[in-house]
Amino acid sequence: MTLQKEEIKLPQELLDFIKKNKDKKGYEIMILHKVQELYGYIPRKVAMEISRKINVPLARIYGVITFYHIFKLNKPGKYKIQVCMGTACYLKGGQDILGEIENILGTGVNTTTEDGLFSIEIVRCIGCCGIAPAMMINDKVYGNLRKEQLIEILGEYTKLEGKDMKNDKN
Amino acid sequence: MTKINREQLKNMRDLIKTINKNEILVSMGTCGIAAGGDKIYEILKQEIKERDLENIITVKKTGCLGLCFCEPNLVIRLQGLPEIAYGFLNDEMAYKIITEHIMKKSIIDDYVIFLPSIDLFGNNKNHVENGLKYVFVWEPDKKKNLYNTLIKRITSKNLENKIKVFSTKYIGLANKNPILKVLPDNIFYTNFNEDDLDKIIENHFIKNNPMNNFMLLKENKYINIKENDKQHKQIRIVLRNSGYVDPENINDYISRDGFKALEKVLFEMSPDQVIEEVKKSGLRGRGGAGFPTGLKWEITKKVQSEVKYVICNADEGDPGAYMDRSVLEGDPYSVLEGMTICAYAIGANKGYIYVRAEYPLAIKRLQMAIDKSKEYGLLGDNILGTDFSFDIEIRLGAGAFVCGEETALIASIEGKRGMPRARPPFPAVEGLWKEPTVINNVETWANIPIIINKGSEWFASIGTNSSKGTKVFAITGKIKFPGLIEVPIGTSIKEIIYDISGGMLNNKQFKAAQTGGPSGGVIPVEHIDIPIDYESLQKIGSMMGSGGMIIMDEDDCMIDVAKFYVQFTVDESCGKCAPCRIGGKQMLETLKLISSGKAEESDIERLKRISFAMNKASLCGLGQSAPNPVISTLKYFEYEYVEHIRDRKCKTGKCRDLITYIINPEKCIGCGACALRCPVSAISGEKRKPHNIDQLKCIKCGECFITCKFGAINKT
Ligand SMILES: Cc1cc2nc3c(=O)[nH]c(=O)nc-3n(C[C@H](O)[C@H](O)[C@H](O)COP(=O)(O)O)c2cc1C
Ligand code: SF4
Ligand code: SF4
Ligand code: SF4
Ligand code: FES
Ligand code: FES
Repeated sequence: MTLQKEEIKLPQELLDFIKKNKDKKGYEIMILHKVQELYGYIPRKVAMEISRKINVPLARIYGVITFYHIFKLNKPGKYKIQVCMGTACYLKGGQDILGEIENILGTGVNTTTEDGLFSIEIVRCIGCCGIAPAMMINDKVYGNLRKEQLIEILGEYTKLEGKDMKNDKN
Repeated sequence: MTKINREQLKNMRDLIKTINKNEILVSMGTCGIAAGGDKIYEILKQEIKERDLENIITVKKTGCLGLCFCEPNLVIRLQGLPEIAYGFLNDEMAYKIITEHIMKKSIIDDYVIFLPSIDLFGNNKNHVENGLKYVFVWEPDKKKNLYNTLIKRITSKNLENKIKVFSTKYIGLANKNPILKVLPDNIFYTNFNEDDLDKIIENHFIKNNPMNNFMLLKENKYINIKENDKQHKQIRIVLRNSGYVDPENINDYISRDGFKALEKVLFEMSPDQVIEEVKKSGLRGRGGAGFPTGLKWEITKKVQSEVKYVICNADEGDPGAYMDRSVLEGDPYSVLEGMTICAYAIGANKGYIYVRAEYPLAIKRLQMAIDKSKEYGLLGDNILGTDFSFDIEIRLGAGAFVCGEETALIASIEGKRGMPRARPPFPAVEGLWKEPTVINNVETWANIPIIINKGSEWFASIGTNSSKGTKVFAITGKIKFPGLIEVPIGTSIKEIIYDISGGMLNNKQFKAAQTGGPSGGVIPVEHIDIPIDYESLQKIGSMMGSGGMIIMDEDDCMIDVAKFYVQFTVDESCGKCAPCRIGGKQMLETLKLISSGKAEESDIERLKRISFAMNKASLCGLGQSAPNPVISTLKYFEYEYVEHIRDRKCKTGKCRDLITYIINPEKCIGCGACALRCPVSAISGEKRKPHNIDQLKCIKCGECFITCKFGAINKT
């Protein structure tokens, strides 16, 4: 199969960002951060386009993407749940929190719910160990979590979508 | 704003200092915001505007007070009242702060807390109205007996107009007995009985003669501090500005001697003198290894090269630690100033801050600080009108722990996969893009300006013989007051737990403290008294590390803990060298066998052998130190390993595979509640008849155990 030169238009913000920083040495990773900020993950087509734009082989770009945990190749949920599994959170029951979220959403770590609303990830410390166990949903941090609160917290997000949180466990 | 020169900077500083500071500073680091600090901030702003109080008081954001356990919290400095902090805030309290504290100048009882150390700049003079004394009462049992007694005694002596008494939830220290704090004298009393109380009132408040024998004086850990202030167990040097400045406001930083050190080195010191001063201070790297900072700079200075670099390591990978995040969020300018001073000393013109992408607020505040400094001419071309130029750029980490290792970090800045390489050559000689590079940790950088300002002798007066200054620790886990603390190096774990952090959570038994994260080890109760410094910790099989300190109690299983850390290093190994890649996996598999009751006693020897090999043959620090959690738990808790292997028992119940849940037919009334909760339908039984658990189906989730209200389920 030959690599098709598919046309894809990068958003202006990204183009400006690349243009502004193109001459900085070793800036590939920062550009990938920007892509992920804009798309939520690194779509293949965008990676190819970037490779062309900054003249770095695609293989090298993928080498970088796969090395660093933060870069995702699949689209995350609209609400990205990051459950902390750093030491402090682990000791204070982070696993129970994770388990309960999996139960409620009926999906596991590194997957997205069918409706595309939630994805679950594990992170290693978000720097809020003083209020462990902690998690983040998009940019919001939740601390001192108790299992019983989770239905309500997740429910706030489903409500935003005009849906009800179904509580399978009654 | 145009760029300023030295004269203008000085004038600015003098001018800002004269402005009367009536201010409320809301603790708004990531953790403060998570706890609701942002909402409190908004309410205060709104109220001040609506009540036309803008000329009387300003609300600001500030960095971390370190008091995570009582967030949201804030500090108020208001003419006529002592400096007061409030914690455990809610909306209602925010309104009350305006109507009571600000408008009526009346302190709100019960919510008062205290910053845990003196202000290094002595700015929080407690300007108190005529001769009034304020007494704050902290009682560990929260029953307020002492508080009530004290009020009665004071009233019976007709002193209630001279002495005001308040109860407080945190007094900056901890003890098993109640503590009194007297303001404005800044004196603590403890270990007194009810009879002594009259003597204290008589002597201190009537004769104005404080009573030494009940004061909380400690041994002399640092000179150059007033006798009274030595009562504090903490001294905030690195965190000197958190709680005092708005990190988004350069003027606040300037007013607290900000950029004074930079001024001093640029105009009064040669590069060699700067290096000499840092060497004399005895400062050692705070990123974990403890290499002498001045020496590192000297090596780089001596290398002949046109281009050199300065890097700030802000990757903070230790899970369970957040010292660096707090410094960056609370006082970004100190880090920039420290780096600029080094650049001048070694002859570099370009610097990088490599910061974890997981810290968005720190990144935002750093970028603001860089932009503002450039605007003022304190960074960029021709700093303060001299011919010295230095620029700083932020680079983001991408969630790889190994990138905290200096050579991997450098590879990452170069845009590559973050794989470590063999050293030597050390980065000091051949670093970023093969040029000589000084790389230091955030906390190391934050120490630099104050060392230049106050002198190496002052700095070296704090700490132990071989380790100078203070260390910030993030103390978490099973502790009553989790948070960020800063203590003179040489303080013991015991002091930290019982005199600062309030003792064990729920009064459980202390089992071990863990320092050094995945590279460190556990400190058992028999070593709880040793002074924390680089050498002592190494001797007992742990390490200083970057400052994570996790307190564990009787409910924590040491095999589970070792497994947690080894799992972490296995996940984070870059895979470049075999000892780490393969050894780590084997170690993890063995630990899994032990925690599921499938191991043999010879596996302990096996663990020791793998540990030895990994430690000797791994390429970088990650692999070399990965066995430490295993080695140290084996050293102090080998009996626990043996219990798991021989008796197939985990006393803490953490190793799920070793627990069995059994329903006691005598007690079970057959309500069926547990069966409903069981996720795998392992429980069956007729209504109103004893139920039964199918052990083959049970996944040991413990739901039934929590659910049964009749105590019919046994966990063994
Ligand atoms: C696996 C590994 C992870 C490390 N992580 C960090 C880190 O997160 N932050 C840090 O400052 N140093 C870290 N270090 C230490 C650095 O390699 C380096 O020694 C340090 O940044 C030097 O600065 P200092 O002398 O000021 O401590 C790590 C080392 C290893 C081996
Ligand atoms: S010791 Fe581990 S992390 Fe370090 S280079 Fe080897 S494989 Fe990579
Ligand atoms: S421990 Fe969990 S899986 Fe086992 S019987 Fe109880 S509820 Fe069911
Ligand atoms: S909840 Fe307790 S009493 Fe009820 S059926 Fe289960 S074991 Fe028996
Ligand atoms: S360990 Fe969870 S926030 Fe640090
Ligand atoms: S108070 Fe700053 S991290 Fe919690």
